[in-house]
Amino acid sequence: MEATPIDNTFEDPGQRAPLVLNHNDFTSVTTDICRASESPRPPRAWYIAFAISAALASLFFLLIFYLFITGVGIWGNHSPTMWGFPIVNFVFWIGIGHAGTLISAILFLFRQKWRTAINRFAEAMTIFAVVCAGTFPVIHVGRVWVVYWLFPIPNQMELWPQFRSPLLWDVFAVSTYFTVSLLFWYVGMIPDLATFRDRAATKTRAIIYGLLALGWTGSNRHWHRYERAYLLLAALATPLVLSVHSVVSFDFAVAQLPGWHSTIFPPYFVAGAIFGGFAMVVTLAVPSRQLWGLKDFITMRHLENMNKIILLTGSIVGYAYVSEFFIAWYSGATYEGFAFINRAFGQHAWAYWLMLFCNVVAPQLFWFKRFRRSIPVMYFVVMCVNVGMWFERFVIVISLEQDFLPSSWGYFAPTWVDLMMLVGSMGLFLMLFLLFIRYLPVIAMAELKAVMPQADPHTSGEHDTPAGQNREVV
Amino acid sequence: MGDSALSAGTSDGFGLLAEFETPAQIMRAARAVHDAGYVEWDCHTPFPVHGLDKAMGVKPTILPVLVFFCGLMGVSLGFLLQWFTNAASIEAWFFGIVRGYEYMISGKPMMSLPAWIPVMFETTVLFSALATVGLMLVFNGLPRLYHPLFKSKRFARVTDDRFFLVIEARDPKFDRAASLSLLETLNPISIELVES
Repeated sequence: MEATPIDNTFEDPGQRAPLVLNHNDFTSVTTDICRASESPRPPRAWYIAFAISAALASLFFLLIFYLFITGVGIWGNHSPTMWGFPIVNFVFWIGIGHAGTLISAILFLFRQKWRTAINRFAEAMTIFAVVCAGTFPVIHVGRVWVVYWLFPIPNQMELWPQFRSPLLWDVFAVSTYFTVSLLFWYVGMIPDLATFRDRAATKTRAIIYGLLALGWTGSNRHWHRYERAYLLLAALATPLVLSVHSVVSFDFAVAQLPGWHSTIFPPYFVAGAIFGGFAMVVTLAVPSRQLWGLKDFITMRHLENMNKIILLTGSIVGYAYVSEFFIAWYSGATYEGFAFINRAFGQHAWAYWLMLFCNVVAPQLFWFKRFRRSIPVMYFVVMCVNVGMWFERFVIVISLEQDFLPSSWGYFAPTWVDLMMLVGSMGLFLMLFLLFIRYLPVIAMAELKAVMPQADPHTSGEHDTPAGQNREVV
Repeated sequence: MGDSALSAGTSDGFGLLAEFETPAQIMRAARAVHDAGYVEWDCHTPFPVHGLDKAMGVKPTILPVLVFFCGLMGVSLGFLLQWFTNAASIEAWFFGIVRGYEYMISGKPMMSLPAWIPVMFETTVLFSALATVGLMLVFNGLPRLYHPLFKSKRFARVTDDRFFLVIEARDPKFDRAASLSLLETLNPISIELVES
């Protein structure tokens, strides 16, 4: 087939919009996606970004070392704001991860084929976000050398963890989440790693990708079990992702504190996680598709779809904010009412209003198609959301500073270590992501080929292409 | 098509490998080879071709059933773990020194099942997911470091854009001349004899 321009900007419910632009055969898809990893040198921008993020990641590790030898006093945490930045960062990062699982598992179960272009790096993002998330509670325990007490390991004290605590549920939820996400990511990558192996130009690449591909031959008998296993993993990951952020919200909701003790928390946290995660996917997708020339695969339509989800989940989050206030007033509970008035007009009111602007007001721009399809507007909104979702967790955690005892009230101020650890964790996240887009298949090639019109055995080859496939621009 | 190479030598090697260009061609070829009654044969494709399982007569895998039982094992172990560590009060326990630590929290019963559900759920998912991936690999005979098909230069395109059908020499019906002529009727781009 010769290359005909393909258009996917039309809105016609009777036709499926093509998912891949300007590619009419499988060969060019493979070549274009492999180029990112096979080119001898990545673009200059990659080096610059890698240098910065690696420096910040090193700073993160240095600060963790400083923390270990000094103690948690180097943070701004104090009584009663015991949780401070580490828990804010933990909830922020774990939330980021959720969009990856949503794209890979939930959209898969819903047969949303557009997910194939973005699922691989959304899943990678999940893994790296969970790595950052997992670091914070571990270093927050203070005596980090006894962190294994969190796990049910027989010990000489005959002591076991307390399974009625949400903090212990977190240990199980987050470690399971990490394991399952990693499996899901890796299993999805096996056929593409085999592509890398078969195209390898150097011995090193052949050996490394050969080992990683586990001897994949594309056998249809293997594909059969592989597809079934992938479906099962998606079906398992879907309730898992909902459970993980519900459990994270239980850390707050099970505590009997005004502003925290609320049944709305699990759905509100899950919606917020998907919201923040999709914003991060767009944040990473826009530069990656530019840098690696992947605009034919991650098309404007993909970005627009994600922006629609951001608008939807952002509105759910906005609804939750309103509902929280309503219940605080309607319940007639004095302390609950105080906690919310204090959030909006207290000493950290600026954080509350910043959050509200970033999470509720800014995404409203996406009601307009023109803004959903404009890179600068899109980038502005997703940056707002990234900031806003961090501040949402900040606002929730920081309501600790006014507890039941006015004599202990204080003002939480982060120290430079707090701030640099937050920035450092971002560096770690970006560094891992940059390594990923350089060394691993950044788009799920096998899956992408399977959703191209040419992959349908009834339309390729000797049969004519029916109307609607390969719609041409006139 | 290199017929001289195909008929030379006495060894049948690993089998005959035919190369196709489109999903429709491999589909037609799979039907023909299946109808001819071969057992030890396979299609190799860059992506799962829709409907090829049916054309090849691949039986549904038992994997989901086994995963279900692994999930049951996960939920039971999650329950036993919490019961044993937080609520077990058997003094003469088999392990002697490793017995439960009974926390009394806000006067709640030792066996507080609702509070155990999150951990039981997580262990269920963890066991099922590990079983899914582990059993899928075991059933597929992976990981394996070597496969005779890797010797074929053309076969490297199986993960790119080509579709292959291989009839193995160990198939009871395999006969080099007959199998070759069957494959030739299917209009492949190439046919080659793969060494074992």
